[in-house]
Amino acid sequence: MTEPLIFEKSRSGRRAFAQAPAAAMDTAIPGEFLRTDVPLMPEVSEMQVVRHYTRLSQQNFSIDTQFYPLGSCTMKYNPRACNAAALLPGFAGRHPLGPVSHGQGFLACMYDLQEMLKAVTGMMGVSLTPMAGAQGEFAGVAMIRAYHIARDDHERTEIIVPDAAHGTNPATAVMCGCTVRELPTGADGDIDVAALREAVGPKTAGIMLTNPSTLGVFERHIMEVAEIVHDAGGLLYYDGANLNAILGKVRPGDMGFDVIHMNLHKTFSTPHGGGGPGSGAIGVGERLLPFMPVPIVGKTGDGDSTYYDWLTTKDLPQSIGQLSGFMGNAGVLLRAYVYMRMVGKDGMRRIAEFATLNANYIQARLRQGGFELAYPDRRASHEFIVTLKKEAKTLDLTAMDVAKVLLDYGYHAPTTYFPLLVPECLLIEPTETETQDMLDRFCDAMIAIVEAARSGESRHKEAPFSLPVRRLDDVKAARNLDLAYKVVAE
Amino acid sequence: MQELPGDLIYTSEHEWLRQEEDGTVTIGITDHAQEALGDLVYVELPEVGQEVVSGGDMAVVESVKAASDVYSPVSGEVTGVNEALADSPESINSDPYGDGWIVRIRPSEEAAGTMTPNDYQEFVDGLDD
Repeated sequence: MTEPLIFEKSRSGRRAFAQAPAAAMDTAIPGEFLRTDVPLMPEVSEMQVVRHYTRLSQQNFSIDTQFYPLGSCTMKYNPRACNAAALLPGFAGRHPLGPVSHGQGFLACMYDLQEMLKAVTGMMGVSLTPMAGAQGEFAGVAMIRAYHIARDDHERTEIIVPDAAHGTNPATAVMCGCTVRELPTGADGDIDVAALREAVGPKTAGIMLTNPSTLGVFERHIMEVAEIVHDAGGLLYYDGANLNAILGKVRPGDMGFDVIHMNLHKTFSTPHGGGGPGSGAIGVGERLLPFMPVPIVGKTGDGDSTYYDWLTTKDLPQSIGQLSGFMGNAGVLLRAYVYMRMVGKDGMRRIAEFATLNANYIQARLRQGGFELAYPDRRASHEFIVTLKKEAKTLDLTAMDVAKVLLDYGYHAPTTYFPLLVPECLLIEPTETETQDMLDRFCDAMIAIVEAARSGESRHKEAPFSLPVRRLDDVKAARNLDLAYKVVAE
Repeated sequence: MQELPGDLIYTSEHEWLRQEEDGTVTIGITDHAQEALGDLVYVELPEVGQEVVSGGDMAVVESVKAASDVYSPVSGEVTGVNEALADSPESINSDPYGDGWIVRIRPSEEAAGTMTPNDYQEFVDGLDD
């Protein structure tokens, strides 16, 4: 069932009074700037509007309706309390250009958020302005560049990136005017330290690492890696995509990282994916403090004389500058603040423990069920990889087929075909917020899918059957890209 | 996997080379490479006249799964590119050693580190566990 566009339901003269603007609005806008004709909005009844958007929401997969084990995306429950607090009128109605003295409550929350993030990552400074993970990465590498340039060390333009990295890492390095040097991964999933020793030198600006890596394993040589890169004059960048696995257990600052970006929309549970904007807050060690993007919230005095204010380029003249109009996505930052206050320090540790336990539980059950693990000798972090190399060959059951059948079972698919190092792979991340029953049902489904294929069924080639859209021909879509809208009948 | 043509030489980057009578070499990717990449949807070709260096980027092949660089197995000048790939990148999937050829290069040196069909077959077999 395909839902038409709301414009297709439009009939001239139909009105929805709940959504219509008041006829005679009292406004300070001069008359010559007010429109006199009716805007080209769909003309529909209130009930049509309600049905349309309810149907669309029902056709969607979301964390509120389905198990969502999308690896490296940390799709966990977004507590309603965070929304409720962030929507308090004092926050929601605050104008970003309003006087600072009128927004002291908001600034106090942002200051505390900076402090909490510093504490949990072991960094010395935090800037909340980057609007998403990619912008956080950009800020991080831009600061590394600024640091070397400030020392007149202009030759350091090479960023080392392991071959298992998120594609955004090399892209960020190039965006910041650097070149990328790829580092191989050992058979056990750790970085090839010998290759790293060969790779570093007077051109090394830094290394970008995700730890645990996208292979779902903790980088065991991290202290050695930090020493090698620092001795060569480079800095260490921590991609915070997998921070959920180590929250409250190990701190990137203690591992020797000089800069980190945190996806507050993953680790600190603000809505994301189709559900909302992100936040790629960054944290820095001592060397990069002067280069942080502004504004940052500063605090003077204490007790009754406490006053919060924006720190700008006046306070940080070496700052890489401003990345967004105001203070990042203020509503997202507030949700993350409320989340951190609710779970507290002990709660953060439990998040990492249960995220890791849940991943290891699924890994153990799938291993028993006959699935091949990409790194069978390693304990999973908060995610792990199965490879369907064998099933693809013998049963014509590919990772994509399994992903599509899972949709029919009512589960969002895990990440497929990433990381690129592992053929026919599924990267599975259950997060800490799922029950054991849910994990069991998911494992049962995974095992049943392979068994059905083994018994000679081939329905997996055509799945999904139960969704509004059936199996897409992604080859045809890529070869004959067609973005023009075609009217469908209701 | 399709049988390897015996008149070609191969590289560890899964490319094949054919020595042409006019002194140029024709280069494409192997059947193993196209199978690993999956259905190709786009091929970025170099310009005719462009100089390429051995081991450097020469073309980009993009499938629904991934985009990969094709490295030049020899240094030299590009004398021809397979323009037909712009409209039918799938030729590389269906006929990797024929219609799916990618570039023609006039080498300035002998290609180094290439393999015979037998050696390449063994190399590929060794990759599958």
